[in-house]
Formats: sequence, C-alpha cells, structure tokens
Amino acid sequence: MEALLEIDNIEVVYNKSVQVLRGLSLRVPKGAIVALLGSNGAGKSTTLKSVSGLLTLEDGEVTAGEVRFRSKDVKGVPPERLVRDGLFHVMEGRRVFEDLTVEENLIAATYALSGSKPSLSDSYELVYNYFPRLKERRKQLAGYLSGGEQQMLALGRALIAQPDLIMLDEPSLGLAPLLVEEIFTIVARINREQGTAILLVEQNAAVSLAVASYGYIMENGKIVIDGPADKLTANEDVQEFYLGVGGKEGEARSYRDIKHYKRRKRWLS
Amino acid sequence: MDWLFFGEISLAGLAMGGLYALIALGFVIIYKATRVINFAIGEIMMFAAYLFLAFAGGMEMSPWIALPLAVIGGSILGGVIEKTIIRPMLGESPISVVMVTIGIASILVGLVEFVWTADPQLLPNFLPREPVFIGELYLAPKIAYGFLIGSALLIVYLLYFRFSRGGVALRATASDQAAAYSMGINVRRVFNMAWVFGSLAASLAGVLVAATGGLSPQFGIIGLSVLVVVIVGGLDSILGALVAGVFIGWLETVAGAYLGGEYRMPATFLVLAIILVIRPYGLFGTHEIERV
Repeated sequence: MEALLEIDNIEVVYNKSVQVLRGLSLRVPKGAIVALLGSNGAGKSTTLKSVSGLLTLEDGEVTAGEVRFRSKDVKGVPPERLVRDGLFHVMEGRRVFEDLTVEENLIAATYALSGSKPSLSDSYELVYNYFPRLKERRKQLAGYLSGGEQQMLALGRALIAQPDLIMLDEPSLGLAPLLVEEIFTIVARINREQGTAILLVEQNAAVSLAVASYGYIMENGKIVIDGPADKLTANEDVQEFYLGVGGKEGEARSYRDIKHYKRRKRWLS
Repeated sequence: MDWLFFGEISLAGLAMGGLYALIALGFVIIYKATRVINFAIGEIMMFAAYLFLAFAGGMEMSPWIALPLAVIGGSILGGVIEKTIIRPMLGESPISVVMVTIGIASILVGLVEFVWTADPQLLPNFLPREPVFIGELYLAPKIAYGFLIGSALLIVYLLYFRFSRGGVALRATASDQAAAYSMGINVRRVFNMAWVFGSLAASLAGVLVAATGGLSPQFGIIGLSVLVVVIVGGLDSILGALVAGVFIGWLETVAGAYLGGEYRMPATFLVLAIILVIRPYGLFGTHEIERV
C-alpha cells in the first residue's frame, strides 16, 4: 500500500547534547492504523514531534535522516503548514485549551482547515456525532471537563481538521480502563468511517494492537521489532514484556512470580 | 469635606483611568500572547502622539484624519519592532527581552528628540470645547471625550477577543503555545498581531492623553503608571487591566488633588506594594484551573 508517512533513519538530539532517537524508521500506509509501542523514555513522543515540527519548540533537532509526508520532505516546513496539509498531532496529555470553552477549542482547530474543505457547521456536527457528551458541554470551560472528556475534545479537534493522518500520543494516559476502551473504539470508528490513517503511540500494548493493523516496538530510540499486529501479539517476547503474559504456558502471571530479566530480550542479543 | 469637589476630582480620575485601562490593555495583550513585558509601551504612545502632531500640526491635516493615521503609524511601529527585534529574541531569557524593550524605549526617545526637539509641545485641539456636566459635576471636555473615544476602542477589543475567531486564536496561543501550533494556528502571526493590536490601543491612548496634558519626549514615563496598573490587575488579565486602570487613574488624581502632585506616584506604588503582598499574581492574574 502507498505510504502516507515515511520516517527514514532519523536521529534526534535535544539541546545539542542528548541523543534520543538513533536511526528510527517506520511507515504509515494510507488509511491504516499503525501502533508505535514502547516504555517510558523510549522516544515515542519525540518521534511524533519530529514529524509535526514541534520539536524545535523544545530545542530538539533532527540531525540525520528524513521524514516524508505524502512523499514530501517535512524539513523546514512550519508546523501550522503541515497541519493544513493534513497531518494532525494530538499531543500527549491532551493539551486542551483549559480557559476556552469546548466550542472555542473546536473553533481554534478550524485554523487547520484550508480553503477547499466542507462547511464548518458540518464538521462540528461530525464531532458531536462521535462525541455526544461534548455537545452537552459545549459552553463549558474545557479545563473543567473530566479526563475522558478532555481526550474526546482532543480527538474532536483533530476531526475538525479533517486530516489524512492523526498522530495520537498516548490517548489512554490516566484514563479508567472502561474509558480507554471507549476511546479506542471511537478511534477505530474514525479510521473506518473517515478513512483517516492513525499513528498510535501507546504504552498500553494490548489495546493498541487490538485496533492496529501493524505495530512497531521501540526501545532506546530505535525500532527493535515490527510486524503485522497479529504476528506481534503472537510473538513470545512481546507477550512477555509488553502484554504481561507468561513465557511457557501462556497463562497470566501474578507480579509476585515474575523474575525480572529471567531471560534477555531476544532482540538485544 | 467638599463633596462636589471630591466628585469632580473623582470623575476626572475615573475618566483618566479609562485611558490608563486602554494602555494597560495594550500591555496585557502583548504579554498574554507572547510573554514579553513591553517596557516600550509608553514610548510607542509617545511616538504616535508625535505622529499626530506632525500630521495635524506640521502638515495641517484635519485632526480626524491625522488621528487614525497616527494610530495606524503607532501600530505599524509595534508590528515592525516585533518582527525585526523581538522575534529573533524568541527563546532567549525573559530578562534579555525586557532589556531589549527598554533599549527600544530609549532609542524612540532619542529619535523623537532628534526630529521634534526636546521642548514640550501642545497638540492642536480637536475635541469639542463645550464643558461637560454630569448632574452637578463638571468634567473637562478633553478628558470626557478622550474617555469616550478610548472606551469605544476598549469595547471593540473586548468583543473581538470574546467572540471572533481571531480572538480564539489569540487566547489559544496564550493558553498553550505548542497546542496552538498543533491546531494549525500560525503562532508567529498571532505574536505579530498581538504587538500590532497592543500598540494600536497604546497609540490611541497616547494621542488622547497628550491632547489633554501636552507632549514632550518624557511623555513615555506614563508607561510607569501603567506598569503599576497591569501588575495590580494581574499581568495576563484583560479584566484586571480594566478594573485596575480605572482604579489607579482615580487614585492618582485624588491623591494629586488632596495631597499635592508629588504624592501621585507614591500613592499608586504604595497600593502596588500592598496588593503584591496580599495577591502576588495581581487582582485577577492567572490561577490555574484545578480539577478536583
């Protein structure tokens, strides 16, 4: 399938001194959900920021490699330009504008639209159709929404922009399991109904691999294993280290029995 | 106590305070959007007032044409300062940026002295001269009409920030810069617009204040009073700028009338010190929304 986003061997350095990404590559095909998994500090968020151009705000720099969106190099393209070209980054921690109302948050997202898109009232209706709860609260300040509602608002803003690719940074962060499921169901629905490709960054491997068609797992700034979601789910190492299922018999284990580093991860060899 | 006198002084003070509020608004818009404390705001006012002098006095245009021209000139000055001097300073420490604005202020003073000399000047009068009475109370016409024009712009601004799409972009940028970028908002353009709008408010206030009290290159000192206003009101609060502007204007005038002109500044700075002890972020400064 045709690739929408291609990341080729990028290296990212913060503050001209701390190297976070060491030759990371991945690709997101048109209309697919791709999961990027990894533990804290692996560089997942950095990967997304180096695509959306928000890296420079944090004094980070792509020192090598190339990021192509729709086969065009994104280097030097200002962030707002990329958004208008159809690449929407939903940042970690939701980042709703707390002292704006829900509706004003959506209005802010209309800056992502460029001329030739459908009318605005349609896209508000689209958002409220996916998230009826936001409609009830549209006059409220976003800061007073619950965590789940804020995540819905963050997704709603992305919907307003009608992008070709949504990069979702840890939508499950700080949410109750039931809400996580609800959010992921909607993400899958958006992908199916709007044809929007989604690059999903997560720590919750089980839920993400359930909705994604392809997955990458990264550690220390590079991809260590990748494959179709079902293959990854079946992989012994992934099961042990990311899905919390035991090695031999495949039954769930209690934390009491886990011996850490009983076996080296095979990909470290 | 003579209540009529007190009433008239208060009224004049409140009207003056309206103009302070307008300048403070200019200051707050810039601070809110860009987190730059703009010490040059008083000098931008002064520059616009001199432009008015040049257009209306020197070139003998009608004051009603000269006024918008001078205000536009002041706003352009603000936009140019942002684009050429402040933007390259993005990411530098706030103190450096503050020092740069102070530098800009003295350059503007020097420039004005160079062109118009350091002598005090009088602006051609363009506001109606009939005395204004509110009930029993007399109000100097210049102050009254200045207040009216200033308030009109204030109201336009408030409506714009509350209800327009551009206002949403500005408030979004103020609330979370990185998130604003990720919405496709052109943050650099918002910064520039903030400087233009801020300077516009200050320029209009500059011409109106200079029309009542005369103009000299030291006119920018008024920026100090406005600094008191914005700190009392809370650096990033538009409402704070309005309330504190009116209050400080009233206080200054009343203190000046009853205690003598030399007590104007000490009175306001005393209030500043007290407010800072009680509420370090000002009367209406940002308190983060906490969800419980």
